[in-house]
Amino acid sequence: MRKFTQHTGVVAPLDRANVDTDMIIPKQFLKSIKRAGFGPNLFDELRYMDEGQPDQDCSGRPLNPDFVLNQPRYAGSSVLLARENFGCGSSREHAPWALDDYGFRAVIAPSFADIFYNNCFKNGLLPIVLNDSQVDQLFKEVEVNEGYQLTIDLERQVVVSPSGEEFAFEVDGFRRHCLLEGLDDIGLTLQNADSIKAYEERRRQEAPWLFDAIHN
Amino acid sequence: MAGKTLYDKLWDAHLVRQNEDGSALIYIDRQILHEVTSPQAFEGLRLAGRKPWRIDANLATPDHNVPTTARAGGVDQIVDPVSRIQVKTLDSNCDDFGIVEFKMNDLRQGIVHVVGPEQGMTLPGSTVVCGDSHTSTHGAFGALAHGIGTSEVEHVLATQCLIAKKMKNMLVRVDGQLGAGVTAKDVVLHIIGVIGTAGGTGCAMEFGGSAIQSLSVEGRMTICNMSIEAGARVGMVAVDDKTIEYFRGRPFSPKGEQWDRAVEAWKDLVSDADAEFDHVVEIRAEDIKPQVTWGTSPEMVLPVDANVPNPEAEADAVKADGIRRALKYMGLSADQKITDIQLDRVFIGSCTNSRIEDLRAAAEVVKGRKVAATLKQALVVPGSGLVKEQAEKEGLDKIFIEAGLEWREPGCSMCLAMNPDKLGQGEHCASTSNRNFEGRQGFGGRTHLVSPAMAAAAAVAGHFVDVRELMNQ
Repeated sequence: MRKFTQHTGVVAPLDRANVDTDMIIPKQFLKSIKRAGFGPNLFDELRYMDEGQPDQDCSGRPLNPDFVLNQPRYAGSSVLLARENFGCGSSREHAPWALDDYGFRAVIAPSFADIFYNNCFKNGLLPIVLNDSQVDQLFKEVEVNEGYQLTIDLERQVVVSPSGEEFAFEVDGFRRHCLLEGLDDIGLTLQNADSIKAYEERRRQEAPWLFDAIHN
Repeated sequence: MAGKTLYDKLWDAHLVRQNEDGSALIYIDRQILHEVTSPQAFEGLRLAGRKPWRIDANLATPDHNVPTTARAGGVDQIVDPVSRIQVKTLDSNCDDFGIVEFKMNDLRQGIVHVVGPEQGMTLPGSTVVCGDSHTSTHGAFGALAHGIGTSEVEHVLATQCLIAKKMKNMLVRVDGQLGAGVTAKDVVLHIIGVIGTAGGTGCAMEFGGSAIQSLSVEGRMTICNMSIEAGARVGMVAVDDKTIEYFRGRPFSPKGEQWDRAVEAWKDLVSDADAEFDHVVEIRAEDIKPQVTWGTSPEMVLPVDANVPNPEAEADAVKADGIRRALKYMGLSADQKITDIQLDRVFIGSCTNSRIEDLRAAAEVVKGRKVAATLKQALVVPGSGLVKEQAEKEGLDKIFIEAGLEWREPGCSMCLAMNPDKLGQGEHCASTSNRNFEGRQGFGGRTHLVSPAMAAAAAVAGHFVDVRELMNQ
């Protein structure tokens, strides 16, 4: 997995609550059997005026001029600022894949849905929880400052604004460690193979019906 | 020391290793696979040269992309080439790794969350995961079940474990007696209306109280299915006699002496009387009426006799903005009656409401009646081939067809419109599914979530009606 240590980038403000994963990447694009290439269809129904199709060249599609990512001032943005309960809905990891493929490295919101939050960490995308008033403040600062950038320092667990103001954030120690080092979860877990086998040995005595049951 | 909650017991029984940083390794007994969220996981295994840890913990079936019309031509006849490739990829991955799969034309094929319990793959006291957020459904049997992303699907395939952090304990207690015509779907929609779509974030949500106990296991599945719409990735109900009876004789259920041992163990799958919850929500069953969602989030829900909200009456600016946006998308005006919403399509199906009891409830309402002439389509999509077979034995298919509804093959269908069943732009649908998000059932489509009985009543009337009025006629 790609490491995340420190990142500075242009902030795009998506000012609506309960942004769901259907909105982040609509279902027709979930038919892909690949992990990459979802960026052009990120927020497809908000971003374009027509209905998108898988494997379509999006360069000629009519854009919705009101949508934030279509405004020139937010071109090249890599930090998404959002409202509460971001990423609610389905478990599709295509949502963080699409955000990542578009170029986002971090999402800042007052709260995230659990599965989306978890999926982000598996893909080197950092979800950051700040409180409502901090998020409000950032929305206001982005609005009045074209080219507004934030620096995210995962080592120190702070978001730094252009004026130098710092917003501390919490992140689970294990997840932080994996992001900072770019570690592969599966490889880490397999280091505990003996513990897993010991558990199975014990569990097989207690609940044998949970083993060797699913077969043709 | 306080007693343990059901979630505490399930967590403790599956803890492989607790790390100092608060993370833990928990053991997964069962994984269900479908075509949408598994291909990249299998690809990841291959790229890393890994093998599944256990083959016999997995079961696969295609459900999201499969057509619900005639399937005699098999997978090669799936019209959409992208859908076809995805279903074929599941087939070849399962064949390559030796994983049991109920393929598209197998009688046992169906929606993963219907098939798992139906086969006794899901069992009380087990941990169940699937790359699908509605995996919370399986918690209805005293299992610890939740949706995971594709990276975790791969992780479970490779290690039989998940890296997890213990959630908080939340209890939603519904006491009292549900009125006639008020179903499990209305209960869960009402709960979401009360606590909101983020009300259970970070929590394992147990549903208890006399009204939940009085529900059938299928009704409990409907409630746990939508715990995710209340923010909780885990929903659960304690084991009782109904739970145990449900599993007797199912294909993958324990047999003989093992069955007796299992039943003894399952009886302990209840929260202790002195268990402490981090959050408790109390609901009175008598307060619940048949529900209809009017907006673009499941929390935008009201009783059928209410009026659509007015954003001017909302003090919170973000919420008022949300109401305005939803009214615009849904093509509704503030203060209009829910019963005045005219419908274009009706969908009865999905992992929320496609089991035999759901179909019986809908059939009872449409029996001897006709679908309104103003509807473009009314679909009934059973949750599995076995549900379909049972419904046909009972003659439900004939009742639906007679009334003017279409009787289809099993799958996810119009719940999320990955197959050809979808809404057109601007069309209103009374749907027994679980999400009314923008575009969920088709580009520009407008979803209203309801119970099977309410959907059936709406099909007859062409607009929403209180099903209790039809029941009295």
